[in-house]
Amino acid sequence: MNLAANNTSLFLAAMLVLVALGISLWQKLGLDRDIVIGVVRAVVQLFIVGYLLKYIFRVNNLWLTLAMIGFIIFNAAWNAKKRGPGIDHALAISLLAIFVSTGVTLGVLVLSGAIKFVPSQMIPISGMIASNSMVAIGLAYRSLNSQFHDQRQGVLERLALGAGLLDASIAIVREAIRTGMSPTIDSAKTVGLVSLPGMMSGLIFAGVDPVRAIRYQIMVTFMLLSATSLGSIIACYLAYRNFYNEQKQLK
Amino acid sequence: MNSLISLEKVNYQIADQHILHDVDWQIPAGAHITLTGPSGGGKSTLLRIIAAMISKTSGTLIFDGQPIESYDPIMYRRQVSYCFQQPTLFGETVADNLAFPYQIRKQVMDTQRVVTALNNVGLSERTLHQPIIELSGGERQRVALIRNILFLPKVLLLDEVTAGLDENNKQIVHAWLRQLNEHDHVTTIMITHDATEIAAADQLAKVVAGRLEVHA
Ligand SMILES: Nc1ncnc2c1ncn2[C@@H]1O[C@H](COP(=O)(O)OP(=O)(O)OP(=O)(O)O)[C@@H](O)[C@H]1O
Ligand SMILES: [Mg+2]
Repeated sequence: MNLAANNTSLFLAAMLVLVALGISLWQKLGLDRDIVIGVVRAVVQLFIVGYLLKYIFRVNNLWLTLAMIGFIIFNAAWNAKKRGPGIDHALAISLLAIFVSTGVTLGVLVLSGAIKFVPSQMIPISGMIASNSMVAIGLAYRSLNSQFHDQRQGVLERLALGAGLLDASIAIVREAIRTGMSPTIDSAKTVGLVSLPGMMSGLIFAGVDPVRAIRYQIMVTFMLLSATSLGSIIACYLAYRNFYNEQKQLK
Repeated sequence: MNSLISLEKVNYQIADQHILHDVDWQIPAGAHITLTGPSGGGKSTLLRIIAAMISKTSGTLIFDGQPIESYDPIMYRRQVSYCFQQPTLFGETVADNLAFPYQIRKQVMDTQRVVTALNNVGLSERTLHQPIIELSGGERQRVALIRNILFLPKVLLLDEVTAGLDENNKQIVHAWLRQLNEHDHVTTIMITHDATEIAAADQLAKVVAGRLEVHA
């Protein structure tokens, strides 16, 4: 392997941060504080994760691996929740949606033999699945919030006609699910043409034959479609009721 | 006298704003009531409470012998049907709107009945497949009204539904509403600011500054 990043080369590459800092100061963007915090956080978090993963891979214990996956899912749910302000139980809903979408997708990958149940495969793949599910759910929440706001009158009229809550919301729910899924579908269409995605780039970088590397990218494309569609549908179907009160009136 | 709807000391408050004060109202089955009063007085609020679209903050509301709280709101709204002041249509075409009452009852649209209803308010069959963005304000208003009566409710609550219509179409809609009231026994409460409609009222009620005044 030709991987040559060591502490010295990283230190020199830190010059690149000075470019961003320089631009911020020169253009008075006021971002210098955020840049410094961002860089320090990234370095510290990644070092911790690096050593933690090294330890987990070495002990190769089932429970430790599952605990790490659980931690990833919880963090993803926590972040998705923040994108749905005003939605009650958003944490519980996100947790369930990400847990199911990650669990089902991982299960299929393991059972089909696409990945092995070892920490060095399970943990990075869980992270990719959970983070895409998280982004999809966050987009779906935002879409629910904005549509229930913009289409308030239409929802009220459906209710006045005696529609059940799902009938009154179905158009909104469908649109929100679509919003959650569409970035994944769009990127599936352009994968390889516009960008060489992370999984494939990483493998090629590490010296793997591109023809083998693309197989993993194909697997990633499949798994992200499953994760974002499951995540969005579960989150939307559980969240729409929050927009109504006990008397089945729009809040 | 047996009332279909009876309100006792109904109040509605939002934060410190008192919108309706101690409203007492007996509405007999089969009534045809015209409701009027100054803008901002609380007419729409009162009808929305009766329609279970919002909940009174205190008092009692009895419908058909039972307190409103004892009904499932969805089923209740199919019997006590509220038509909004300045409704918006949803979906793409008029048919999307008129199919909706059937859809929520898991039925297929009865095209014959829908066309008859369109004709009854002075619209032609052609309207059915028209995109809603092409309709005039008065046409939208009438399509919205039809949505409420494809399945006849017991009570029809109309919030200024003739406000956007010309004299000729007002006459058509009035005649049709009277027919619904007299022939189909739909109890009707109609909000209006129109002097002719007020003069022609059978029973007149007024909401002024959140208080109801019933005139014989
Ligand atoms: N959701 C609400 N929040 C705050 N105020 C409200 C709300 N709904 C109604 N109001 C206030 O209650 C009062 C009565 O409103 P309402 O719409 O019932 O009047 P109205 O008699 O129907 O008037 P108009 O003839 O203009 O339609 C108004 O002052 C209105 O601003
Ligand atoms: Mg009003």
